[in-house]
Amino acid sequence: MTARNRELGGVLVAGLIAGTALASVTIARESEISASAASYAAVFLGLYLAAHIVVRHTAPYADGALLPLTAVLTAFGLVLNYRLEPDDGGRQALWVLIGLGVFAATLIALRHDYRVLESYRYLFGVAAVLLLLLPSVPGLGERVNGVKLWVDVGPLQFQPGELAKIFLILFLAGYLREKREVLAQGRLKDFGPLLAIWGAAMLVIVQTNDLGSALLNFGIFLAMLYVATGRALFVAAGLALFVGGAALLYNALDRVHERVTIWLQPWTEERVLCALNGKLEFRQDCASYQLVKSLYSIANGGFGGTGLGEGTFTSTDGAELIPALRTDFIYSAIAQELGLIGAAALLLCYMVFVARGMRIALRADDGFSKLLAAGLTFGFALQTFVIVGGVLRIVPLTGITLPFVSYGGTSIVANFLLLAGLLLLSNRANSPP
Amino acid sequence: MNRQIVRLTYVALGLVGVLVVMTTYWQTWAAAGLADRQDNAIKRVAEFSVDRGLIFSWKPRKRLARNIERDVEQRTLFFRRYPYGPLAPHLVGYSTVGRSRTGLERSLNDYLTSSNANLSTLVDKALDELRGKPVEGNDVVTTLDLDAQEVALEQLGTRCGAVVVLDPRTGKVRVMASTPTFDPNLVENDFAQIERIEADCRPAAPLLNRASAGLYVPGSTFKVITAAAALESKKFTPESSFVDPGYCTVYGKRVNNFDTSSPFGTVDLVTALAYSVNSVFCNIGKALGAKRILDTSKRFGFYEPQPLETPADERAPSGLYRNGRLYYPKLDSDVDAGRMAFGQERMLVTPLQMAMVAGAIGVGGRLMEPRAVDKIVGPGGKILLRQRPALIRQAVSRETADAVAAMMRLGVERGTGTAAQLPGYSVGGKTGTGETGVPGANTTWFIAFASRDEARPAELAIAVVLQNQSGTGGATAAPIARAVMQAILSERENP
Repeated sequence: MTARNRELGGVLVAGLIAGTALASVTIARESEISASAASYAAVFLGLYLAAHIVVRHTAPYADGALLPLTAVLTAFGLVLNYRLEPDDGGRQALWVLIGLGVFAATLIALRHDYRVLESYRYLFGVAAVLLLLLPSVPGLGERVNGVKLWVDVGPLQFQPGELAKIFLILFLAGYLREKREVLAQGRLKDFGPLLAIWGAAMLVIVQTNDLGSALLNFGIFLAMLYVATGRALFVAAGLALFVGGAALLYNALDRVHERVTIWLQPWTEERVLCALNGKLEFRQDCASYQLVKSLYSIANGGFGGTGLGEGTFTSTDGAELIPALRTDFIYSAIAQELGLIGAAALLLCYMVFVARGMRIALRADDGFSKLLAAGLTFGFALQTFVIVGGVLRIVPLTGITLPFVSYGGTSIVANFLLLAGLLLLSNRANSPP
Repeated sequence: MNRQIVRLTYVALGLVGVLVVMTTYWQTWAAAGLADRQDNAIKRVAEFSVDRGLIFSWKPRKRLARNIERDVEQRTLFFRRYPYGPLAPHLVGYSTVGRSRTGLERSLNDYLTSSNANLSTLVDKALDELRGKPVEGNDVVTTLDLDAQEVALEQLGTRCGAVVVLDPRTGKVRVMASTPTFDPNLVENDFAQIERIEADCRPAAPLLNRASAGLYVPGSTFKVITAAAALESKKFTPESSFVDPGYCTVYGKRVNNFDTSSPFGTVDLVTALAYSVNSVFCNIGKALGAKRILDTSKRFGFYEPQPLETPADERAPSGLYRNGRLYYPKLDSDVDAGRMAFGQERMLVTPLQMAMVAGAIGVGGRLMEPRAVDKIVGPGGKILLRQRPALIRQAVSRETADAVAAMMRLGVERGTGTAAQLPGYSVGGKTGTGETGVPGANTTWFIAFASRDEARPAELAIAVVLQNQSGTGGATAAPIARAVMQAILSERENP
């Protein structure tokens, strides 16, 4: 069976999963299967079949597992968003449509040779830094929960960090391919640009208060540096620099300080000063309210989960129990309704996606392609780790999105770009000579 | 570069793998602990979809807590109603969305929501869930005698205080009344009304279960323990005689009897307890030392929370307190044993503890675990749990217990507790008046047991405490004890 036929089979299975999940949500909500659920599922399947046909024509040798895995992940996201807020489910579907459009356009545009991108590497680098600093521009940026991640463009909200990540990977792939031999020698003067990136990462934390993006981008940078040079020492030094810098900022920035305190000690036995209302409260009722409620949500799922549509996210009077549930905390909604089985299945999808992506990096035959594939894939894995790890109290909680699942347009579109990239890379790697 | 890529793959997969491990941790290992947390609103709200088990009184069998169904956003939710309102809210507790839970509603939550999983209930529950039926909880039958509970509340009236009645043979709690009381139906939607409750004491603290968590100066009721310690030490017998000058000298200071105008002269221990002569117990205390008396109190359950089914933070241990904390002296000289022997010196006790003391004396020294739950019944009528009487320990020897019981009987027959006499029953009791030095601010006590005759074990034991009184225990608390005991005993005679 060819990769394309496997992909077709996978997409059909993903459509079936999406249809079943939607049906089960509507049953739980209205005690009947509504026709709308079936039509949503049909549209979903239609979209991915269209995407499949585009892949068939533009990247016939591409990896056959990635598109179906993406379909399953977006199905998780659509169903959960629809279940939590039907209107947002519709908007999310629109973003998936736009994302697939961008995906198809990218495939068509770069179908001959994506390696032209390498020559624009510095452009990408500058663009990445500009995008990261965009939310700090007065009048443009908007603070959400004290973190500057958003940019208002007319009626649209735009999260530039997501795109910046991809541009950064493109820049690094080109730059490191060019400089890897020199860098491997370890002469200090070659590290100028890299120290500049470290500085930029720290600047981003100071400017946006966003530990998550900084961790993500710096992690990608270290991983790609390691792949390019093979020097584990660089990684160790880089990590030490980051931790050191973060520790300094921890004392200097209240926001970072608070995040870390919440992470280390979400529950207090005694009342502490609550910055939100200026009174003495237990921390679980104040600063760490969100994290703690999300953990309760996860724990309430248990092994099998409550079932789709049966989870508890609102109080008996309809008040929201977990703020930012559909963006930062979508994972705790999934863990409650689908239980350990469902959550593990979701994580398994990510693992397979990562394994396939790394396989593309291994099979690619030029340095730029290898670095690009490894960077994109590692970025995908690290982003999943940082957000879900934050929800699970492994790392301090940050406000980045869960790829393909969280509600949010920029994130969906950026991840479809990433998918297009991986398919183009694997198409080239697998092409007969 | 391939070697690095392979290593990076391990790192990337490891990162996601850690997520799987931690999800497993939160959903299995840590889940039970999180479910128990009071601020767990998710669990609390989720449990409103369970057809929560009912809570019954023992006699007559009435529903103290029931459910009303309401549909909220396509889900059937079950909200609590307490038909008897302020009658027994401290023991039963409440279960609300906004203010968490208390009492048995909290401590028996697992049973009431059927989350006490064992293999057979797990299958039933899973089937119910698959059928879309609400999960049914298990019903709890308490040991409360509702009529006597009502009498106790009436008797306490507007005063702040508590009444506890036990069956000392089994430990079953027949009455657990605490005033001021509150209507648990108001907790969810009109909590301000509860906060406005005023009483003869400040703060009124209507939510406090004074019966098991209220700590009071025991006054002369503590002499029961001193007397038991004296007899157990073999240094004294009931016939030991003392000369009462009307006061006792401790650390060079005089400690007066309640009434210094008429010293008793030469008295034996029996008379001293019956008439509550402070100087005698003061001297016994000095002779025995504080630690020996405290050790006897421990045999009666002091220095540990009483093992009742209510939540741990609704039960306080009795004993010496210093700076708000339970305190056990390292040396005898750390504590004024003379004053402690008649119930002063920072000794604080709960009514439940004192009912246990009176009960153990009435049944030959056997201290039983107090029980507020009789049984727990599953949805099919299957009995999941039947509380059987459990002996904590033989607190003192049978001889000691019987001798102290005789002294207490004399106290009711012609001593300070005559107001508690019941025709047809042999009542033994001890009054107590904890003086605060402020007029009208005495804590008054009466603890007692009642049996059909002197040879038989006691059928009930009672402790009554009143705050902010101007009279003595014999005048204020003993009549309440009498009325409540009569309510229970007359039911037995005319079933």
